[in-house]
Amino acid sequence: MLAAKTIMEQGVHVEGINFFTGFCVEGHTHAIRANDKAKPKRNNSLWVAEQLGMKLHIVDVIEEYKDVLINPKHGYGAHMNPCLDCKIFMVNKAKQWIVENDFDFIITGEVIGQRPMSQRKATMPIISRESGADDLLLRPLCAKNLPATLPEREGWVDREKLHDFSGRSRKPQMAMAEGFGFDEYAQPAGGCCFLTDASYSSKLVDLWKARDGDKQYDLDDVMLLKVGRHIRPEHNFKVIVAREEGEGRFMQGYKKEFITLHCASHAGPLVLVDGSPSAEDLFLAARITARYGQGRDAEQVDVSIAGKDGSEMIIQVKPFAADEIPQEWFI
Amino acid sequence: MSREILNARRLLCPLPVIRTQDKVKQLKAGDQLEVICTDPGVMQDIPTWCRINGHKVLETISGDHEYIIILEVGAS
Repeated sequence: MLAAKTIMEQGVHVEGINFFTGFCVEGHTHAIRANDKAKPKRNNSLWVAEQLGMKLHIVDVIEEYKDVLINPKHGYGAHMNPCLDCKIFMVNKAKQWIVENDFDFIITGEVIGQRPMSQRKATMPIISRESGADDLLLRPLCAKNLPATLPEREGWVDREKLHDFSGRSRKPQMAMAEGFGFDEYAQPAGGCCFLTDASYSSKLVDLWKARDGDKQYDLDDVMLLKVGRHIRPEHNFKVIVAREEGEGRFMQGYKKEFITLHCASHAGPLVLVDGSPSAEDLFLAARITARYGQGRDAEQVDVSIAGKDGSEMIIQVKPFAADEIPQEWFI
Repeated sequence: MSREILNARRLLCPLPVIRTQDKVKQLKAGDQLEVICTDPGVMQDIPTWCRINGHKVLETISGDHEYIIILEVGAS
């Protein structure tokens, strides 16, 4: 937002590009979870574009992004976040976009030292070089700490009016935002990608392990890792237990792709079974389902098991006690 | 002028916006598009997308877990 505003202030026409990888936090979880109703369900990039009065192009890169996540040349961060490869990929896509749409250069909001993996002095030239953007990539917030790029050398932008921010502190950016009259701004970098989240990353690794190392995934895989309590009693199956009404409603949409369970004799959550469970496994899944329903303290609970074809059977189970579900089952 | 329907049910933000954006590219100025969604976030996002891209929202309808936005494609 600040980088775009800095360049727009120089009279340059700027349009935004937002890449959707499938792992963007944005409104997803808010949209699913009923408990998050109070939070604004808005797409921050659209909101920012409107504040700045610029067009925004949202680009679906879900398919192409798989290779970035599965084979990151520069490795992962603290979790499953391939930040440096991700940035190289996105700048490369932006380079393609400016060529196709007759724009002259690319700007990003990067600041040297802001992030431990992808925004270091050493990584800035790597991103420029490996993305193919080279000196068409301008970072207005820290440009004075870097060699002059083509837009600066050609006088398309005035280097003197760019900035020299560095380090993790965001105080200069906050002061700048105040100067521009922005009293609200989007989440700072790092909190906007599920791959930086430890719990999400564990679920992704578990998914790959359960598929015997096959790391391919589709959007539904990625979405379902964002919802519910994931419990894997055995290698061949896991259960996903809705934690609240909104998640349950969202998971209802998967009834044709998964075996589903719910308590028939008591109120309780919807449960999806992922994998190839045996009859014995489904009995176990039913006991877990009963554990998270209102009948958790009952001697016996009726649990409905529905097949993908809509067939249904009811079985009676004793709910697991809280301490009966081994901790290692929780992903 | 034509009127088309886009089914964006079960898609979560920003996919309904992306699908709308892609569909609008195929339409002409003055054409209408009815987008049917289940993510309540679209009630904010699609009108915002329309405003910044020069399209006009003609009507929004909130139903029982379903949200409909009818827009008219702008000239730009």
